[in-house]
Amino acid sequence: MSTNVATERIAVPARETASARILRSLNRTPVHIFLGIVAVIWLAPTVGLLVTSFRPRTDIQSTGWWEVLGTLRFTLDNYASVLNANGMGRAFLNSLFIAVPSTLLPLLVCSLAAYAFSWLRFPLRDTIFLIIVALMMVPVQVAFLPVQQLFAPFKLTQGFFGIWLAHTAFALPFGIFLLRNFFITLPRDLIEAARIDGSSTLGVFRTIVVPLSVPAIAAYGIFQFLWVWNDLLMALIFVGNNANYPMTIQVTTLLGTYGTEWHLLAASAFLLMFVPLAVFFSLQRYFVQGLLAGSVK
Amino acid sequence: MTATPVMVSPPRGRRVRHERTGWGTVLLFLAPALILVAIFLVYPVFSTLRMSIDRGLGGNFTRIVGLDNYISLLQTPSFVGSIVNNVLWIVFYTTFVILFGLGIAVVAMRVRYEATIKAIVFLPMAIAATALGVIWAFVYATDPNIGLLNAILGIVRVGPVSWLGDPSYVNAALIAVGIWGSTGFATVILSAALKGIPTEVLEAARTDGANEFQIFWRIIVPMVSLPISVLAVTLIVNVIKLFDIPYVMTGGGPGNASRVIAFEMYKQDFSAGQFGKAAAVAVVMLILLIPVMAFNVRRFRSSAVV
Repeated sequence: MSTNVATERIAVPARETASARILRSLNRTPVHIFLGIVAVIWLAPTVGLLVTSFRPRTDIQSTGWWEVLGTLRFTLDNYASVLNANGMGRAFLNSLFIAVPSTLLPLLVCSLAAYAFSWLRFPLRDTIFLIIVALMMVPVQVAFLPVQQLFAPFKLTQGFFGIWLAHTAFALPFGIFLLRNFFITLPRDLIEAARIDGSSTLGVFRTIVVPLSVPAIAAYGIFQFLWVWNDLLMALIFVGNNANYPMTIQVTTLLGTYGTEWHLLAASAFLLMFVPLAVFFSLQRYFVQGLLAGSVK
Repeated sequence: MTATPVMVSPPRGRRVRHERTGWGTVLLFLAPALILVAIFLVYPVFSTLRMSIDRGLGGNFTRIVGLDNYISLLQTPSFVGSIVNNVLWIVFYTTFVILFGLGIAVVAMRVRYEATIKAIVFLPMAIAATALGVIWAFVYATDPNIGLLNAILGIVRVGPVSWLGDPSYVNAALIAVGIWGSTGFATVILSAALKGIPTEVLEAARTDGANEFQIFWRIIVPMVSLPISVLAVTLIVNVIKLFDIPYVMTGGGPGNASRVIAFEMYKQDFSAGQFGKAAAVAVVMLILLIPVMAFNVRRFRSSAVV
């Protein structure tokens, strides 16, 4: 384990003898073994679920997924029955219908507010901002009873409106914090020049601040979308109508009621994971950026 | 405190006066956020405080009972048990996530496939805790044709063990799922911090004859202690808010063996209809998070004044 990363990069090229190279790679074998074990531990459970979701029901019950090479029979039946008979298709659409507005609304509200906190001048600006940063820590549980009472007369939990509002509100402190930290790094000269040229405040926001902040806004948007898509607790509280339940609730119900229907469970859990995984693999760069910037949430 | 760092000021004469923005404009930008924050965050804090000192049976908040709800919580075994479980989570989950995250980050730095390893370990962060619950429900299954863990134990003729059905294993099993899910987060954060350590420092230590073990404990760990403490705070907040994993995998069971505080609040509210007690649990959660609130505000102020 005593190889030095920095010197290695400089010293390795050309000069090394064959025996030295073998010695060095032997020296690093424990490193590769360790990382190999890490990769197996972090991949095997997920791969197992994926493999299981494509195996016929009888195979799942008679052999483990790790013995799949012995049977090699695959089917889409599990997905077909989950999507049709168990209402997962509907739940998938519900999840999208909850997550898309619950991402776009906070993006709009947060960037407007973040702009005010970074470039407008008004009394108590920084105090209000600090209060909002502090509110980031308020647990959603605190809002359950009061907000349910507020929603009740308007029946807001019967449709999607209640959950959109709740997700938007709880996203605000973090979103405003994140975007404001990005907005203040924009060049002051550029914004002042636009003002001198006669742009209105809204004009500066639309034509300069937003276009320059696309990476930050995208990172936050992805983060928020995954947050909402993966949410279970808020949906349990603020979605009152069974027909509107998102996938997280339906998968949990499936695990509870059909504890042994593994073929259905595997397929539905993979449907739930599919969207975040697609987002993760295609937009990984933004995702990790957003995570690093906002490690306080 | 100025929000914007002092920059080169524009040439005199062209300088824009920093006049106050008109209230109309400020409200246009701020009103939507402020209204939502007031309704969903500020008002509920006061309202929940008020409800927590009311009997609140079945949603009727008409009888103030002082601290009775809090006292009765302390006599409720499932609440006390949930606090104990949260402490277990804080100790083991936080420690192992940081240890594994740091270990993987340090070792992965030495290989070319570092990015791949980090992506693999990070993957569980992207998917729902509900899906994590299902993935691990498979791993823990007692049927050795389903459960990988019992299949492995079966090779050495042990088990099958009911990981989620036995009160003495259930918390360890759930905490392991949490650790598996969050290690990637720690790896990514700490890996970024490690890249900030100047290589000269490490080289100097090696020239002076330090071995890798000493370098890890005497140089690397102290130099990433700030990111580690920020990470620890984030993980503790995760634990206090933790709900999904126990709800999905065990429903708090067997019995109440794996309940945590956020789960307890949900149960008091929706199953027991004890709204006063539910509000009191929410207030306890809020109180537990106030030190973190102060920590964040202070950290933010010290970094913003620069």
